[in-house]
Amino acid sequence: MVNSNIKNIENVIPILSRSLINQEQILNINFQNLLFILTFLKNHINYKYNLLTCISGIDILQSQYRFGVIYELLSITFNSRIRVKVFVNEITSIESSITVFCNANWWEREIWDFYGIYFQNHPDLRRILTDYGFEGYPMRKDFPLSGYVEVRYDETKKRVVVEPIELAQEFRAFNYETPW
Amino acid sequence: MILKKNELNRKLKNFTINFGPQHPAAHGVLRLILELDGEIVKRADAHIGLLHRGTEKLIEYKTYLQALPYFDRLDYVSMMSQEHTYSLAVEKLGNIKVPYRAKVIRILFAEITRILNHLLAVGCHSMDVGAMTPFLWAFEEREKLMEFYERVSGGRMHAAYIRPGGVASDVPLGFLDDLYVFANQFNFRLDEMEEMLTNNRIWKERLIDVGIVTYKNAIQWGFSGVMLRGSGIPWDLRKNQPYEIYENLNFNVPVGSNGDCYDRYLVRIEEMRESLKIINESLNIMKEGSIKTDDYKINPPSRIEMKNSMEAVIHHFKYYTEGFILPHGETYTATEAPKGEFGVYLISNNTEKPYRCKIKAPGFGHLQALDDMSKGHMIADIVTIIGTQDIVFGEIDR
Repeated sequence: MVNSNIKNIENVIPILSRSLINQEQILNINFQNLLFILTFLKNHINYKYNLLTCISGIDILQSQYRFGVIYELLSITFNSRIRVKVFVNEITSIESSITVFCNANWWEREIWDFYGIYFQNHPDLRRILTDYGFEGYPMRKDFPLSGYVEVRYDETKKRVVVEPIELAQEFRAFNYETPW
Repeated sequence: MILKKNELNRKLKNFTINFGPQHPAAHGVLRLILELDGEIVKRADAHIGLLHRGTEKLIEYKTYLQALPYFDRLDYVSMMSQEHTYSLAVEKLGNIKVPYRAKVIRILFAEITRILNHLLAVGCHSMDVGAMTPFLWAFEEREKLMEFYERVSGGRMHAAYIRPGGVASDVPLGFLDDLYVFANQFNFRLDEMEEMLTNNRIWKERLIDVGIVTYKNAIQWGFSGVMLRGSGIPWDLRKNQPYEIYENLNFNVPVGSNGDCYDRYLVRIEEMRESLKIINESLNIMKEGSIKTDDYKINPPSRIEMKNSMEAVIHHFKYYTEGFILPHGETYTATEAPKGEFGVYLISNNTEKPYRCKIKAPGFGHLQALDDMSKGHMIADIVTIIGTQDIVFGEIDR
């Protein structure tokens, strides 16, 4: 669903690159322009991407700008989708888009929970999906799949205790070279 | 009783109560911190994640085929719709073509799943509000539908039937006849349910003007599916961004007008009737043919081939251990799941495992609007609103 108005978008707003993969429109932008571009895409009469579908995080470990935050926008008026990508390094924080799209709230909390990307001016940046008192950012690529702690009910203490994980068998990844 | 003057002037504090996580009306493990002024809800703070299983993280460590069954377990009342979305995403990345018969079978099951989900949604909603009987009737019908699941896949719920490249196996003999018999009688079951609910005074009093979502708010909150259509926005991905063969099918998209819980109930009932239409039409356009793509990188060899050919055995082993490789690429594929837009954002990096698989669950977006939807309502209406949002924690907590 390509919006034909998108062709001249680089003349209008500051974007780093624009691409089309599998008929899906993608904009790469600088994180400083994020709010401006989201507001523009939401309100401009030619685009009207006024529904935020979801925000996802991504961790590209080797890259200089390691974390990506990806906004999936939908225009009901033009029946079109667009993906806005922002990449930052580990110490940079991103401006919260909650002033533009109010449903960004939980999606941003989820990314903060999973990746530890900080969103400035977010009203309620708590962990959302992990346990109360969880430490670490589990979706980062350097976080092990089996985690660091395990939880069980202790009969003597009559409460749930958190202990360092003990694996009976070492975690096996199975990504060695194929013999074929 | 004489009250002292300073006691009368005492400042009233709002009452905070904990709702759930073990509450039958919470549809699973929802924990709500409710701030109440008398019986009026001032604030509802949802605590989710009690069913978090790390699906997205696990998928990154599995091959494309091994990742598929996780999608059954997300929203565990609309299983095949999610497999369908994931399979479509994989097919888009791998540029895989699906044969016609497989597409029709997929549509049949997508619509069976829609009925399955809406029956639970309406049934459980009515039980939350106080009507017991429709719930029991709905579950009787669900049982029949889950038998259809069982007949094609062996599993009543977690089917893993729709796979990248087609479906796992052809439908058994007589299946389509039985589906036709079901589709013929189901309209009457719906009528019975509607007789109990649609004009029921208690049902109407509990639902009308509760949890109103305006046209503008529905878009602002990023709603999808019934929640969006209940507010009068004719948006259905099957119509607007059609996948499979939906563009050739003849069906209507029901929309509400007031955006309250009652409208969304009516939309759900009407959607079930439309699903029946789609099922009937798909049965008529079903053709003989293969049910999997003929690309043998995506497909396992058949049992007969394996008995006769060494290469087929090697291929089978490689297929189920190593999996298949998808080239670099990314896609956000969304389908109209019963609860709304279910999306998979899949990034492949030329290996046999996905680099990232983000799951966009419709319920997650809906639940965060619970605070706004319930503000100013009575505490009993919270239950109605949770019911109308059709919350299932498998998909919200992932």
